[in-house]
Amino acid sequence: MSSPAKAEGSGPSVALEPELEPVPEPAKGETTLEGRSPGQLMWQRFKRDRTGVVCAATVILYFVIALAAPLLTKLSGTDPYTLYGQDPTYQDSPVLDDFGLPLGYFGGLSGSHWFGVEPQYGRDVFAMLVYGMRTSLFMAVGITVLMMVTGIVLGLIGGYFGGRTDYWIGRVTDFFLAFPQQLFFIAFMPVVTAFFVDPREETPTYLRAVAMLIVLWLLGWMGMARLVRSTVLSLREREFVEAAKVSGASPWRIVRKEILPNVVTPILVQFTYTLPSTILTIAFLSFAGVGFVEPTPDWGRLFANGAKYTEQDPAFLFFPGLALVIFVLAFNLLGDSVRDAFDPKSGR
Amino acid sequence: MSDNLTLPAPQGTSGTPADALLEVKGLTKHFPIYGGFPIKRRVGAVQAVDGIDLTVGVGESVGLVGESGCGKSTTGRLITRLLEPTAGSITYAGQDITHASRRQIAPVRSEIQMIFQDPYSSLNPRQTVGSIIKSPMEVNGIEPEGGREKKVRELLELVGLNPEHYNRFPHEFSGGQRQRIGVARALALNPKLIVADEPVSALDVSIQAQVVNLLQEVQRELGIAFLFIAHDLAVVRHFSQRVAVMYLGKVVEVGDRESIYNRPRHPYTHALLSAVPEVGVDSEAADRERIRLSGDVPSPIHPPSGCRFRTRCWKAQDKCATEEPPLVQLSGNGDGHLTACHFPEDPTTGSRGDDIVMDPALMAMEEGDTPEA
Ligand SMILES: Nc1ncnc2c1ncn2[C@@H]1O[C@H](COP(=O)(O)OP(=O)(O)OP(=O)(O)O)[C@@H](O)[C@H]1O
Ligand code: SF4
Ligand SMILES: [Mg+2]
Repeated sequence: MSSPAKAEGSGPSVALEPELEPVPEPAKGETTLEGRSPGQLMWQRFKRDRTGVVCAATVILYFVIALAAPLLTKLSGTDPYTLYGQDPTYQDSPVLDDFGLPLGYFGGLSGSHWFGVEPQYGRDVFAMLVYGMRTSLFMAVGITVLMMVTGIVLGLIGGYFGGRTDYWIGRVTDFFLAFPQQLFFIAFMPVVTAFFVDPREETPTYLRAVAMLIVLWLLGWMGMARLVRSTVLSLREREFVEAAKVSGASPWRIVRKEILPNVVTPILVQFTYTLPSTILTIAFLSFAGVGFVEPTPDWGRLFANGAKYTEQDPAFLFFPGLALVIFVLAFNLLGDSVRDAFDPKSGR
Repeated sequence: MSDNLTLPAPQGTSGTPADALLEVKGLTKHFPIYGGFPIKRRVGAVQAVDGIDLTVGVGESVGLVGESGCGKSTTGRLITRLLEPTAGSITYAGQDITHASRRQIAPVRSEIQMIFQDPYSSLNPRQTVGSIIKSPMEVNGIEPEGGREKKVRELLELVGLNPEHYNRFPHEFSGGQRQRIGVARALALNPKLIVADEPVSALDVSIQAQVVNLLQEVQRELGIAFLFIAHDLAVVRHFSQRVAVMYLGKVVEVGDRESIYNRPRHPYTHALLSAVPEVGVDSEAADRERIRLSGDVPSPIHPPSGCRFRTRCWKAQDKCATEEPPLVQLSGNGDGHLTACHFPEDPTTGSRGDDIVMDPALMAMEEGDTPEA
């Protein structure tokens, strides 16, 4: 094929911008970086953000701890179910005094019970905490992923196809948003559980988990759907989508190749904000008595118990509380850093 | 006055039905406006395009010119089938594609391509230049010899970019370079017709000429027909063999380049021409008429009755408000030079005794200025 660009290279009037020589756009530092995808640029900016890196490390550490909970309890030599205060096997090393309160300092810290023991039963706080984190994190990740996927699919469909589809998806979203969430969590959890098992029988733990999953999922996908919908609405009008249409691309291809890659950013940012709030919600449910119950180790249940003991043994809540605060804080700060890295113009 | 002297539509000039690639007849697009509460009803329509006729011959370049908001982009989007026409017909190579669905249009889809106005929004920021240009070939299952990647590199070279930029992302390019990428994407399917919607108006003036030159080369060397949309007559001057002037959803004058630039008849064309900056001999520039239009284009929701230009026309008379002027060949016009005006101007662009200043504020300013000068 002949090249017109070359064919008339002789005339000075037609100085076709020769190569990708400087021609930098002012106020866009990124142009000088070569061959980097927006994702790579984001990663670079993120690495420069010290808070973000520290928070990411913290969050990863939590997940590692949750994953490695069985290993960690093997190290500490304890487990979350044994009643060290009542079990006759441990009679020669008492952990509780006559009133059922931990012996020793600060809730009974010792070489074998690193974070102390629970009053009354003498269960090991460290083991309960790491296993509790495991329960909470796994539940939260599962629920958040479900919420995200539902929201993304509905948001993409509504945003891209618009019209009647969008209208009805929008109304359904409004309907679910109208529920007073906290109240419905508490009100519906027994209903959903009763759906699966006879209320007179003992509810297995996995069924409780499934019930929580369903309720939180049903009442939690709307924010994501709205976010994705509004992003897609603005993307749909962009000319590169029209260019794809002109080339004959199918709607499915356009959604997959042109639109989805551009909503990854808000999805990721939203994810980092949603996960900690889901953890708090799960903890709240257990605290309110409709989530996990004894003896399943769970973050929220630790707090529920802690509330009972605060007067006699305030130290009991110290480690679980500190762990939760650090985790939620780190995750939220991480969310901010991710957002800043993706979109350096927003924020601060 | 000239009604009885009009001739039927042109035959024999470039763009005769025999070698017409694209034929547009009575093309209309009304965007409905909904309002009311609680039940939404249709309360009106934006008459963005209202019955335009246009022909583009094989390998011909046609300019479509008009002020902002007069429906040029809508016309372009109708032709590339991004919008569904309200009425009228679009015939491409003898095939009626007016309401063809995505599947029905598939065989000719690749032959009609588009270049977009905004180089910053027309390239997907998450894709490399390579995949942007390759994408149309994937969609249409085109497997060029030597592979798609080789073809992409050829195209990059063709539009004056370094083929090594294959793996770069759009944000690493300047506006002009992005527009070249857009051109390469449009060329990837070997189109026969390219609709270029103000391809240079978002660019720096110094780069505009380069991109127009590139398009001109492409048009000549590859024999691609162009519908080149622009908002002033300067940009399309050297590019288009024929020019259509649009005003508020209607074509008011159409003709070959000679006729439009040297023997315009419609007052609006005169006004547009007087806005073209003349680079050249000063004396010649001083000779040209000066026309300043007042105000903006009226709303396309309630366009003026009769001639749509009458609210801003200095020659308007009662007839203009009641009767819509047909687009016809006036006596004294060359073949294919059609004008829609009851009281056309003389076919000249020379200066007249007085400047026409339609804007009262401007008028006052100019009058105030003269004594001092
Ligand atoms: N999707 C739409 N819905 C409603 N009105 C629209 C739509 N698209 C365009 N219009 C209206 O149609 C008219 C013509 O718009 P169009 O974009 O075709 O103008 P244009 O000549 O390309 O202007 P510009 O030079 O600014 O690009 C405008 O009044 C615009 O507001
Ligand atoms: S028809 Fe009348 S109002 Fe319209 S352009 Fe001609 S003279 Fe002006
Ligand atoms: Mg436009």
